[in-house]
Amino acid sequence: MTSATANPATRNNLKTKAQTKKPAFKINTQMIPTIAAVVIFICMIIMGQALFGTYTSLGFISSLFIDHAYLIILAVAMTLPVLTGGIDLSIGAIVAICGVVGMTLLNQGVNSWLVIVIMLLIGLAFGAIAGTLIEEFNMQPFIATLSTMFLARGIAAMISTDSLIAPENNNYGWIATTIKIIDNPKIKNDLSINAGVIIAAIVVAGGYILLHKTRTGRTIYAIGGSRSSAELMGLPVKRTQRIIYLTSGTLAALAAIVYTANIGSAKNTVGVGWELDAVASVVIGGTIVTGGFGYVLGSVIGALVRSTIDPLTSDFGVPSEWTTIVVGLMILIFVVLQRAVTAVGKKE
Amino acid sequence: MTDNQPIVVMKGITIEFPGVKALDGVDLTLYPGEVHALMGENGAGKSTMIKALTGVYKINAGTILVEGRPQTFNGTLDAQNAGIATVYQEVNLCTNLSIGENVMLGHEVRGPLGINWKKTHEEARKYLAQMGLDHLDSHAPLSSISIAMQQLVAIARAMVIDAKVLILDEPTSSLDANEVQDLFKIMRKVRDSGVAILFVSHFLDQIYEITDRLTILRNGKFIKEVMTRDTPRDELIGMMIGKSAAELSQIGAKKERRAAKTGEKPIVSVKGLGKKGDINPADLDIYSGEVVGFAGLLGSGRTELGRLLYGADKPDSGTYELNGKQVAIGDPYTALKNKIAYSTENRRDEGIIGDLTVRENILIALQATRGMFKPIPKKEADEIVDKYMKELNVRPADPNKLIKNLSGGNQQKVLIARWLATHPELLILDEPTRGIDIGAKAEIQQVVLDLAAEGMGVVFISSELEEVVRLSDDIEVMKDRHKIAEIDNDDTVSQQTIVETIANTNVNGKEA
Repeated sequence: MTSATANPATRNNLKTKAQTKKPAFKINTQMIPTIAAVVIFICMIIMGQALFGTYTSLGFISSLFIDHAYLIILAVAMTLPVLTGGIDLSIGAIVAICGVVGMTLLNQGVNSWLVIVIMLLIGLAFGAIAGTLIEEFNMQPFIATLSTMFLARGIAAMISTDSLIAPENNNYGWIATTIKIIDNPKIKNDLSINAGVIIAAIVVAGGYILLHKTRTGRTIYAIGGSRSSAELMGLPVKRTQRIIYLTSGTLAALAAIVYTANIGSAKNTVGVGWELDAVASVVIGGTIVTGGFGYVLGSVIGALVRSTIDPLTSDFGVPSEWTTIVVGLMILIFVVLQRAVTAVGKKE
Repeated sequence: MTDNQPIVVMKGITIEFPGVKALDGVDLTLYPGEVHALMGENGAGKSTMIKALTGVYKINAGTILVEGRPQTFNGTLDAQNAGIATVYQEVNLCTNLSIGENVMLGHEVRGPLGINWKKTHEEARKYLAQMGLDHLDSHAPLSSISIAMQQLVAIARAMVIDAKVLILDEPTSSLDANEVQDLFKIMRKVRDSGVAILFVSHFLDQIYEITDRLTILRNGKFIKEVMTRDTPRDELIGMMIGKSAAELSQIGAKKERRAAKTGEKPIVSVKGLGKKGDINPADLDIYSGEVVGFAGLLGSGRTELGRLLYGADKPDSGTYELNGKQVAIGDPYTALKNKIAYSTENRRDEGIIGDLTVRENILIALQATRGMFKPIPKKEADEIVDKYMKELNVRPADPNKLIKNLSGGNQQKVLIARWLATHPELLILDEPTRGIDIGAKAEIQQVVLDLAAEGMGVVFISSELEEVVRLSDDIEVMKDRHKIAEIDNDDTVSQQTIVETIANTNVNGKEA
């Protein structure tokens, strides 16, 4: 063997050495809260199954996704601002105004596709207002979206305070029409899906791609890490902030479409507190509210955990008032967990 | 080198802020392949000049030519696009992201499916390797490496944007000697690749080691451009402060060592004071009129011991005697009540309150010791503010200016004024001269000596051994979170003594 061939060989050796130094499956400390959310979700399902016997049935899982597709979309919407250390408080109110406008237009016989487009544009407009307030007028996201929240709620109430029911044969309900994938003789065990769930899945995939495969997504993380650094690095911070709130507003409108199609009605009071449910999902999913760390998939898990708390508490016979307390406790536990994780991370 | 075409020519740069001319017709020329230092005291206009070149400030008059083309910068992005990259003193990277991602942020390699992470990290490793940083794992979070390393990563990032001019704004102020050498190695590499480096540092040794050419500013005015090797130090200092510096830099050189009186009781006497994980138990006596220096490398525990003495951190072992009386100092309020004051090394985050005025910053600690319901009468407050601003020569002499608009040296003086206003018996100064210019440094060193002469006990913590040796009566040498020696500072003691003590003492056996 000549030295020329020996050289690459030793290099290869070095390479494998360097690779073996890294454990094959390295758990990033940043991922621990998200992993914990997955573990807790699985535990909840196992516990529910053991005690009540329905939680792993296909029917339960189908309805979990169908009934909460809107929350998954909202959780993705909330993930973006929270990753930058911001928040979008207006998403619940955007659901209300989009719902009320959409139902009103449908009842006047407007084409359902046009209605859908109008609803999305309303969400986009509120996102644009919030983005402008934040970037051009230097407002805190909390304050900016608080004001658009009141604005949206107010307009929704001006349009109607009645419960608006979607007309028959409106060509709008297709979003909610369930498609059976597995037709089980026991009706409760059908695995079914609807367009709303597919839309939610697309949103989740889109959120993942945005955050991890585009420069805009990386800028979102950079802003969350340190906004001034991001600016000094020459990243398009302002543009990215606008994109974030445009996206969260539009996704809120999408959530409104999925939700109203599902229940076939809307009222100006719908979606009260949903922005906080979305924040809860995001936090439970491991995103840190000061920004910089978190995953869109974590938020999905967070939304599922949040959604499973309701049937679980009711099956336990816990009065529904208690649900919120359980949610509160879970958030508390997750924040403590995050603190512990970041403390460990710092010491390393 | 001079026959090269300059990369950057700044001519007649003038920047005005309401009421002040921060820069008045300043020139600066940068050539490829040189290290150029911007020299001047704090407030001379160095930072303003840098901000003009990086697009943070708009210039009121003057021209900026980059490679012969006139440029108007409306933001940092414009300057970056023109090939001007900056590494700031406080590293401006994102600690939540990986090393490789920080290098490539905004320049990730993209494929048809979005960012190609494998290629992006490969690219990052390539740039890191250029800097001799091939040992770094580009996937590791940035927070896992030291500030010094982060600074080098920031330079690697500058190479990604293909910078022609690299501005290093006080990159060395938080680095230890070895880290500085690493930085210089990389600076030379970058320089040799034809980049012009604009370097700002308060350490004259470093200026003489690394730079080729100097531009000297004073009070916002251009003084002179000189070659480093043709300019003796005293001449340089003279140009910077506008007067002979010889006596300034010799403060304390002939200081008479304080003679210990027999039977004298220390103000503060601690035995076995320690905190697990921060600092191992240490004994210490501080007498009235004594300057006690804490010497040691970064992370040796010198700051931690200072913080324990003040109660900024709660000790978990040891006894604390104050004028012979046992006390428990577990928080700053108790310390202040007991006439112990501590000025932090972290001036920006733990020291000044940027949005308050100089006057408010001076009075805040005194007010805290009096309690909320006993405001300081206006006349008394005016007198206090006036007195200390004069004594410490705070500039500008306007107590109603926001402290964040003062230079580092003057902020430091205000902080010392704040603690002096509480009339401490023991004043702990943690890195009071870090990152400030030579004139202010000399003034602060003089203040330390004056305070001790008036009978105050002063703890002087500094990473610059030279000033510790020059000012202290007693030197506590720290290493790896242990106090390893107490040196009576007499004529036989030099920086070398301390370096040898640190090098020759092994603390591993004692590790708790």
